Amino acid sequence: MLPQEINNPKLLVNNLNFYYGNDRALKDINLSIPEKMVTAFIGPSGCGKSTLLRTFNRMYELYPKQRATGEILLDGKNLLEKRQDLNSLRAKIGMVFQKPTPFPMSIYDNITFGVKLYENLNQHEMSERVEWALQKAALWNEVKDKLKQSGTGLSGGQQQRLCIARAIAVKPEVLLLDEPTSALDPISTAHIERLVDELKKEFTIVIVTHNMQQAARISDYTAYMYLGELIEFGDTSAVFTNPKRKETEDYITGRFG
Amino acid sequence: MLTLYARRRLINILSLGISILAMGFGLFWLGWILFTLLFHGLPGLSLQVFTQITPPPGSTGGLINAIAGSLMMTALGTLIGTPIGILAGTYLAEFGQRGWIAPITRFINDVLLSAPSIVIGLFVYEVYVIRTKHFSGWAGAFALAILVIPIVIRTTENMLRLVPNSLREAAAALGAPQWKVITLVTLRAARAGILTGVLLAVARISGETAPLLFTALNNQFWSSNMNQPMANLPVVIFQFAMSPYADWKQLAWAGAMLITFSVLTLNILARVFFRQQSSTH
Repeated sequence: MLPQEINNPKLLVNNLNFYYGNDRALKDINLSIPEKMVTAFIGPSGCGKSTLLRTFNRMYELYPKQRATGEILLDGKNLLEKRQDLNSLRAKIGMVFQKPTPFPMSIYDNITFGVKLYENLNQHEMSERVEWALQKAALWNEVKDKLKQSGTGLSGGQQQRLCIARAIAVKPEVLLLDEPTSALDPISTAHIERLVDELKKEFTIVIVTHNMQQAARISDYTAYMYLGELIEFGDTSAVFTNPKRKETEDYITGRFG
Repeated sequence: MLTLYARRRLINILSLGISILAMGFGLFWLGWILFTLLFHGLPGLSLQVFTQITPPPGSTGGLINAIAGSLMMTALGTLIGTPIGILAGTYLAEFGQRGWIAPITRFINDVLLSAPSIVIGLFVYEVYVIRTKHFSGWAGAFALAILVIPIVIRTTENMLRLVPNSLREAAAALGAPQWKVITLVTLRAARAGILTGVLLAVARISGETAPLLFTALNNQFWSSNMNQPMANLPVVIFQFAMSPYADWKQLAWAGAMLITFSVLTLNILARVFFRQQSSTH
């Protein structure tokens, strides 16, 4: 499927190249991410799927010698432009990482951390926001009596849902999930997969996953990447049942990777 | 004929034995030092030590002016040195990847860390004491602060480097500007380690004699004026221990015991504190 066939792109990637120093890690990527859908990036380790995800919120800018060229349009505006303010971009495009990263503060403060940066809420509104985010992340019932306790004391699965709650509390438009369940047990994974299904009603979701069953279960669109190139992109059921490219088929059927 | 496995076991037992011997060797001297201090110091310890000032030879007295002076200068030295050290350490850890300032600062800091403390004392003597034309408590505090700074810089940088990058990324991913990431997340995650470093720095400077000889000198009388020469335990111990008077020597032992055990307590506290903090994360 060609990028222009998606009629409601939230993100449109044009000729994106990415470099770690002199190594070209992404090669002429063209892709569009549909709004309020789940798009999954799959592919073997080192294929560039996480790198691609990290260009969407320009996370790579934390490190010297990493750079991207080309265009990524968010609602038609190129977010790779120099004058794009990084902090406001990241407020719009949230991210959840592979390993849970609760901040060393209370559960409540973990959620309010991002909200406080961009909104001036009174105490009542803030409490409502915290509850809303924790409800959305399906964590409220487990933590509602211990909001003042440290976020680092939760279990791994709870920590990851806390991170999701923290990311959606700022009400981003896009949510990037970088292998969010790879460090979790099957029950926590199921929790988060259900959550993703719920969240796509409000957010555009892009998920990187190593788990092909997961991609098949939760995504609407799937991109298969290999060696920095986008090999195939399309409707998830089409990619999984009737891949156009031989490489995709080999990977999906487990003959490779 | 030794099999490979038997040889490995033998090497293991040998290295373990040597390690235990080395540890015993170190502990032996430490134990001896503590024992000697207790043996000679305890008889000299009385209420007078904490209530009276240093006496002239032949009369009774205590160490209160030296204790107070040491506490004041150590506290001031720590207060001046800690913020500078934490800020510089933060710079090195959080902004030090780019440019040439950080590597040079790090190198100079390493030199400063191992500089003999008498050099620091002479430096402050040269730039402060000579200009103000008198020894003073301030000069002593400055010299101690210069000793505190490199220790705090080193521990702050090391502790911040232990904070995983994923935490910085997570905070940045919420749209937090870098100064908020540092103050609210990374420094907070590293605070137990940084505090331990400060405590160790305090322990280090509270026993320093050389830098105070050239700066605070000493004072036979009660002095709380930082602009005057100030009594302090290390220099009093130095002076009294070298004297021929038995009662002075007795006080010197008591003072030496006081310092050693306060430093020991501080070190133990620092470790306990660090352990507790790290286990709650």
